[in-house]
Amino acid sequence: MTQPLAPPPRKNPARRTPVPTLPPGTRSRAALGLSLAAAQGRFQLQTCTDCGAVQYPPRDACHRCLSTALAWQDQPRGAQLLAETTIHASPDPYFRERLPWRAGTVQLDAGPVALAHIHGDVLRGARTRMALMLDRAGQGVLVALPEKETPHMQDDPALRAMGTHPRHRRILIADARAPEAPALTRALLDAGAAHVFLGLSERWRPFPAQPTLAAMENVTLHPLDVTDAESITDLAGSIGGKVDILINNARHIRPGGVITGTIHDAGDALEKGALGLMRLAHAFGPALAARGADGVNSAAAWVTVLPAQALAHDPAFAASTAAGAATRALSLSLRAELRAGGIRVLHVHAGPVDDEWHQPLPPPKLAPKALARAIVQGLEQGLEEVHAGDVARDIAERFARNPALLAREMEGGA
Amino acid sequence: MARQGYDGVVLAAPYTEPYTRFSNETAHWWIARALSGSLRAAGLTPRDIDGFAVASFTLFPDTPVALTQHLGLSPRWLDSVPMGGASGIVALRRAARAVQAGDADIVACVAGDTNPIDGFRKLLSGFSRFALDASYPYGYGGPNASFALLMDRYMADYGASRADFGHIAVAQRANALRNPHALMKKPLSLDDYLTARPIAEPIALFDCVMPCAGAEAFLVMTEDRARTLNLPFARISATIERHNAFADDPIQLRGGWAVDVDELWQMAGLVPQDMDLVQTYDDYPVISALQFEDLGFCAKGEGAAFLAARDLTITGDLPHNTSGGQLSAGQAGAAGGFIGLTEAIRQVTRTAGPTQVADAARALVSGFGMINFDRGLCSAACVLETPS
Repeated sequence: MTQPLAPPPRKNPARRTPVPTLPPGTRSRAALGLSLAAAQGRFQLQTCTDCGAVQYPPRDACHRCLSTALAWQDQPRGAQLLAETTIHASPDPYFRERLPWRAGTVQLDAGPVALAHIHGDVLRGARTRMALMLDRAGQGVLVALPEKETPHMQDDPALRAMGTHPRHRRILIADARAPEAPALTRALLDAGAAHVFLGLSERWRPFPAQPTLAAMENVTLHPLDVTDAESITDLAGSIGGKVDILINNARHIRPGGVITGTIHDAGDALEKGALGLMRLAHAFGPALAARGADGVNSAAAWVTVLPAQALAHDPAFAASTAAGAATRALSLSLRAELRAGGIRVLHVHAGPVDDEWHQPLPPPKLAPKALARAIVQGLEQGLEEVHAGDVARDIAERFARNPALLAREMEGGA
Repeated sequence: MARQGYDGVVLAAPYTEPYTRFSNETAHWWIARALSGSLRAAGLTPRDIDGFAVASFTLFPDTPVALTQHLGLSPRWLDSVPMGGASGIVALRRAARAVQAGDADIVACVAGDTNPIDGFRKLLSGFSRFALDASYPYGYGGPNASFALLMDRYMADYGASRADFGHIAVAQRANALRNPHALMKKPLSLDDYLTARPIAEPIALFDCVMPCAGAEAFLVMTEDRARTLNLPFARISATIERHNAFADDPIQLRGGWAVDVDELWQMAGLVPQDMDLVQTYDDYPVISALQFEDLGFCAKGEGAAFLAARDLTITGDLPHNTSGGQLSAGQAGAAGGFIGLTEAIRQVTRTAGPTQVADAARALVSGFGMINFDRGLCSAACVLETPS
């Protein structure tokens, strides 16, 4: 039985904050396929397209027929625990700090045998449900989970060490005015977040969600405008050391093409999206990266909310999707920078939200509540890529298949 | 086609450069020391050897090619043997055939590795691609956890106890106490073994070897040459080698020896019970038990019980790892694949000194190497005899 995690005590400022160490992160090119699948929460293994053999560890040729036609395919998640050990000594600094550590051999229903991290609730010799999860180094690793949910299973030391679960963590939502902000706040608190900070720009403007948010416990509003570096520095000065997860949901969506759109809207979209991300990263990034191993409520994640069309331009929302693409590119670089501190960067690609700026679009549209749920699930599962809503999932699938074709189709309004 | 024997080819001049826990010298230094020690024992100079086989993990960026220039050798036959714990027997097999065919007259087989502070961790972290991708990121930090899984399964399937394995470790320590070069100098009791701190359950401290620096060497030459040099020598009665055997076994409870065991004894014209001593590859006691099973001493699953019922010390009824083996003398990288072989040559040439088994005439040596991912891939064995 997993012991529920106790809320962490107040941080003692006289004690040294542990320097984040990472598990071994070097991988072969072939093995990065595991990380790609883990980033999306999929369970994929390398499969030979000629003879159908499923193999692990990933290779450059099929171990059955020597074919080099290898692909990554979803596989059944079932497995049997064949042998196990609890590691009490390791020369690796990351694991040394986290001993004892449970590991074992699993016979995958998909065929191969693999070494895996073993959840504490998996009984000796039991059937297990496998997951590919990202570890602190941002690489995909195999984890054997209990076949059925067990109480507090997310509090397992191994899962906590590699994951980004909101439980007991303090979270900053950059834009309280975004349509999903109230639902997201609720969902984070429901997932066990200790506190939610919300950034509110232009306090003089009406803010209809105010009463809803004011009614929630452990929620505070703070002046924050991602286009204003000073407001960001001020807020980072007061709460920067206790933000464990930062959700950058600031974005500026306006319809309009290149000719029909305004320079003003395009500037706002870039200021709020791309440059806003950089300003937030300047002020909050260093503290996040330094607190990656800071106990139960260590810093864990940065979330970037992007329009689904960040993967492919939408001529009807030219400037907004261009800003989305720029934000995505910056956020990918940020991912590489924050990885050294063990901080995960989660991209949530949101389909058109059911709000005033997407008013003329036909359904399906994404309910703010659904977007909120997608963000929280992404954090709970420790993902890097989430596509929220049917439109976002559709674009992601087409982007994975053929980006050039997707671009053509977007131009035709498909 | 029946395999040709090793008539006319012999092993001589075994040499062990005393191990140290850590070393700031290089693999080149260790290999030079062992080569020089073996040549000195044979009364030869570097110019006298025309074949050179090298096993080492820590030569980087060099290879045995660079070693020829580094050490001033000009061999006409050169081999690199990357088989870790099987490298001694594999080097012997290759060198013996080269001498037999006349491609070389005298081959020096040398294994040596250094062990600087933090060297072992660095070696492990880049050991193999599968280790990099699929074991090191899971906290394994080396073979301890891999073999803990094997031992866990072995104990569950065959009902072996930790005390059975402790019997192996305790006997080897007793042997090591006679070996002045063994790193472990303190007696080990079964109670010490059973109460030692856990490393990766069920493996505890005294199931594990001590990584160290060291080197081993021996010479392969014709029998005529050995007689001319007036060297004590050992005959090679049989050898086997196998890689990646039983790849579909979910957990390695048998090694490649089981594929080739009949050929080994047939070629030797002997049976396991004829052996006066056995040198197994003992990175963990459970691995020694596997070798006794797979090499025909007892049935699968009975190895631990078989050994528990025997006296494995130098004066016992089944002397095993008479120098203390890796468990008590230390694991000096690739030299761990030579330690049993050089000791066996000493034994059957009656030059083992304080660890000498009385009247030792027949020895079985077994090698096991390279935990590429979840199992050791290389297995090898040979039977050595005192010339009649």
